[in-house]
Amino acid sequence: MSDNANTSNESGGYGRVSTGGLDTTHGVVLYLEDISVSFDGFKALNKLSLSIDIGELRCVIGPNGAGKTTMMDVITGKTRPDEGTVFFGQTIDLTKMSEAEISTVGVGRKFQKPTIFEHHSVFENLELAMKADKKVRSTLFSKLSSAQMDSIAETLKTIRLGDNADRVAGLLSHGQKQWLEIGMLLMQEPRLLLLDEPVAGMSDEETERTGELFLSLAGKHSLVVVEHDMAFVEKIGRKITVLHEGSVLAEGSMGEVQNDPKVIEVYLGR
Amino acid sequence: MTDVNSMTGGMGRRLYGPRGWTVLGLCCIAVFVVMPILNLAVPAESPFHVSAYWVTLFGKVMCYAIVAVAMDLVWGYAGILSLGHGLFFALGGYSFGMYLMRQIGSDGQYRQPMPDFMVFLDWKEFPWQWWNSDSFLWCAMLVVVVPGLLAYVFGYFAFRSRVKGVYLSIITQALTFAAMLLFFRNATGFGGNNGFTDFRRILDIPIATPQTRMTLFAITGATLIGTLLLARWLTTSRFGRVLAAIRDAEQRVMFCGYDTVHYKLFVWTLSAVICGIAGALYVPQVGIINPGEMSPANSIEIAIWVAVGGRGTLIGPILGAGLVNGAKSFFTQAFPEYWLYALGLIFILVTLFLPQGVMGLMKKKT
Ligand SMILES: Nc1ncnc2c1ncn2[C@@H]1O[C@H](COP(=O)(O)OP(=O)(O)O)[C@@H](O)[C@H]1O
Ligand SMILES: [Mg+2]
Repeated sequence: MSDNANTSNESGGYGRVSTGGLDTTHGVVLYLEDISVSFDGFKALNKLSLSIDIGELRCVIGPNGAGKTTMMDVITGKTRPDEGTVFFGQTIDLTKMSEAEISTVGVGRKFQKPTIFEHHSVFENLELAMKADKKVRSTLFSKLSSAQMDSIAETLKTIRLGDNADRVAGLLSHGQKQWLEIGMLLMQEPRLLLLDEPVAGMSDEETERTGELFLSLAGKHSLVVVEHDMAFVEKIGRKITVLHEGSVLAEGSMGEVQNDPKVIEVYLGR
Repeated sequence: MTDVNSMTGGMGRRLYGPRGWTVLGLCCIAVFVVMPILNLAVPAESPFHVSAYWVTLFGKVMCYAIVAVAMDLVWGYAGILSLGHGLFFALGGYSFGMYLMRQIGSDGQYRQPMPDFMVFLDWKEFPWQWWNSDSFLWCAMLVVVVPGLLAYVFGYFAFRSRVKGVYLSIITQALTFAAMLLFFRNATGFGGNNGFTDFRRILDIPIATPQTRMTLFAITGATLIGTLLLARWLTTSRFGRVLAAIRDAEQRVMFCGYDTVHYKLFVWTLSAVICGIAGALYVPQVGIINPGEMSPANSIEIAIWVAVGGRGTLIGPILGAGLVNGAKSFFTQAFPEYWLYALGLIFILVTLFLPQGVMGLMKKKT
């Protein structure tokens, strides 16, 4: 049960706490360069380049099929790009790593459709996501330390599921499931959070609270939020990237983007 | 399927509550005290006497129950439906069967030191597979290593290539079928379609005595209980929760930083080893092993025991193995030609009306 030979030096401590080694000397946490992905000849991503600064909260918008989810698939190792590189910090090339390794070096992802462990309790969902040694041998014998219990309790409070800790996750409301998945991300203590349509299906109040949560996370973490809800984006987004047909159409503040004629034409102006 | 004992806190891990341990204790008494007394001490004329037939039948069903628990670990917990677990069982049986064949010595029909089938084929020396097969320890090691190694290599390639679901089931089914064809051939060196039989001794002790029979029975009972406790320990650990998470949402588990291949490979290999041990206990009690044990239908039947009892419950599959084999004993005596239809019907009814098997039924009532 050895580590994958492809693992770069940065992730040499695979399974252990090792994100401290991330080299971000140029202030950039994630750098995508000329990424192309095609499915049966159809280009889902077309020479996409993008960079995310440390502590940044970036919103990515774009019409359906623009390639937003595919971009996250590439960053997290689910899809291998045909061309291009994805750098996490200065030195870690994510395109050469497995999903588990990418998660271990500090990239957390929330899926478009909430994916939690439906048959496990809320508590167990957070326990499994928790940053810890994730090798078979350790999970056989591991017990929760009191520090770990505290961190789970704290996350439960943050995602407002403290009263539901022992509930089976499948029984939660849609909005609560979204929150639980966000909580699972937080337990991983990632440097970079990728959130694919995190407020879809949430009530206005829940959406509001989610926005506040994201704003409070920015700075400590870097966040990339894909969202359709323009009001939400306007509230939290400082810098916005508009994706269209697999590449960046425009980038800037909400005002700049809204007034960009290309953007008006393909997205906002419909 | 969430388990309340293991859920909150996780500081102290309890395998079973007081009621569970009581039931388990009663089972131990039944296997290690009541059965030996009723079989060995109570005279044959007494209505309380348990005959050799029943001892062997119960021993056999306990071997099946061990397999059912092993199957539940991979199917009920990790979501891997194997339709080839009969192969691991048979390989354990053949490994130990070699030793039993050597123990016949020159008491075979041909009065030769080599097993009868080799004499019949006019072989002058043992083929390489039989190296050191007169050693009990060597063969006992093969019981573990052969199924384990095959499962590890198979699993390594299958799980790494992310073969899943129906595809994996079909490949496992093909694997056991191919092995059956291989073992049917005389040249393979394991007695062709007759397999191994006519055992005389085990560790130089005559095999067909009531005492030996009861000893094998008790060892099988201890193995079953040990397997159950081991499986329970595994499934109530964080490891077990990762397994169940892989079953429900494997991708999420990977994005949480777990290398799911290692998890699947571990439980898969362990399951195969347990099946091998069950096979090794089965052969001396039943007195025969042949390639029929590798038939695809046998492996499918294992899955049915688990489905009938209730996946992901460990106890359920033990009950399932008992119930289905009880029904089988009845049918094969009363209406032998209808057994396979009955089995198919049981499977359909359970799938439609009892998705959680007998255990689901018991939970509903309480
Ligand atoms: N696995 C796949 N196979 C084929 N086409 C795909 C696949 N994944 C995505 N696509 C296509 O790629 C395009 C981009 O999809 P996606 O990234 O999901 O868009 P978005 O998330 O921006 O709505 C869509 O046209 C979609 O149909
Ligand atoms: Mg999408």
